Amino acid sequence: MIAAAGIDVLRPRHLKDALMMMRVAADEGHPLVPMAGGTDLFVTLNAGQKPAARYLDLWRLDKLRGVRADGKRGLWFGGLATYTDCIDSKAVQKRLPILVDAARQVGGVQIQNRGTLAGNIENGSPAADGVPVLMAADARVVLRSLDAERTVPLAEYYTGYRKTVRQPDELIVAIEIDVPEGAQRFDKVGTRAAQAISKVVMAAVGHRVAFGSVAPVIVRAHKLEAYVAGGGRDVAEAQRLVREDVKPIDDVRSTAEYRRRVVENLVASWIGGLDGTPRRGKARGLDKAPASR
Amino acid sequence: MKIKLHVNGKKKSVEVPPMKRLLDTLREDLGLTGTKEGCGEGECGACTVLVDGAAVNACLVPTCQVDDAELRTVEGIARGGGKEAARLHRLQRAFLDHGAAQCGICTPGMLMAALALPKKATLDEIRAGLAGNLCRCTGYMKIYDAVAQFLDGERA
Repeated sequence: MIAAAGIDVLRPRHLKDALMMMRVAADEGHPLVPMAGGTDLFVTLNAGQKPAARYLDLWRLDKLRGVRADGKRGLWFGGLATYTDCIDSKAVQKRLPILVDAARQVGGVQIQNRGTLAGNIENGSPAADGVPVLMAADARVVLRSLDAERTVPLAEYYTGYRKTVRQPDELIVAIEIDVPEGAQRFDKVGTRAAQAISKVVMAAVGHRVAFGSVAPVIVRAHKLEAYVAGGGRDVAEAQRLVREDVKPIDDVRSTAEYRRRVVENLVASWIGGLDGTPRRGKARGLDKAPASR
Repeated sequence: MKIKLHVNGKKKSVEVPPMKRLLDTLREDLGLTGTKEGCGEGECGACTVLVDGAAVNACLVPTCQVDDAELRTVEGIARGGGKEAARLHRLQRAFLDHGAAQCGICTPGMLMAALALPKKATLDEIRAGLAGNLCRCTGYMKIYDAVAQFLDGERA
């Protein structure tokens, strides 16, 4: 049980009030911590982590709910859109089906019902399963403060481990995507599909590729992308380039070497499936990965 | 903070800190100890309850977020009156028939997660719907059998 009695929480009903509270707290030098579904926050609180001084509960801001189609290829996700909202959305099923695949593997149904895309983005875990999909799809994060709104490409949102460009008076009010053309692919390598934090996640949309769990933040594989976008299909060269794009570490879930190997294998498999070209070069087969550690 | 909610069809009001876990409010303030704490980190699903019909982990929900909500816990699924066997919910009955409960710690959460499944759920959908509920005794097959039998009955 957590010592809930000492934790302060503000509960606005309207977005404007929420933004005012964020501004006042930021100006006072004691920024509020925004809380959506609480699924990440309560894990840390239950584990005994010291709570922030004050939270801002976003759950009543109905304006931030929902997912909808936007234009010909676009998708709009409110700041409180949950993984279940993504799974249930006809527009997402049609336009970005790999987000549905990823959403189904985020925790179990109980987590999917409360966990939000925006919360997952802002929490900044390098192992978030949904975020690589959004990043490979060129998602944009819409940040609003009391008097301004700005849009930041998700690929430029992180400045370091669990650090983001969000200012203390800003809230993520939406995530927008114009889904790029091209084949989509999502791979999660973990101990178990549900309820397991991934060892490596790869998402690809056309020639855009993002990886999770292989760097301090979710990353786009820029060198690999440039090579493939320029027509490169040599597997060994692609694997060499992707090694420069990722910086995996040893941790409780896996080792850096295992992660690098899995990344290379996923890249080989991905390139092999691109425009039906036969594989060339020395690809490391998917069946040759060392045992998971 | 004063929180008003509907629990198993009854209006309730509690005075609790806003960030108190729903799990603790249920067990300590409402006396509903049927909901169990397993891991306390959203991995095991033992504390699953329904909030406005959706399955959630009560260990990860602040009580302030269920203000005005409709809650259903394992205490609310059996019908009142009559002999015990007749009072049981059909899902509980199916668990008994199939030996789907052993040590029992996961059972309240399993029941609640199963109640949130769509009536037409296939075996794969039952597996996916219960993927957030861990059972260390049964090996799951008896649980899937019980849930499948229950859903068959609901469709009939």
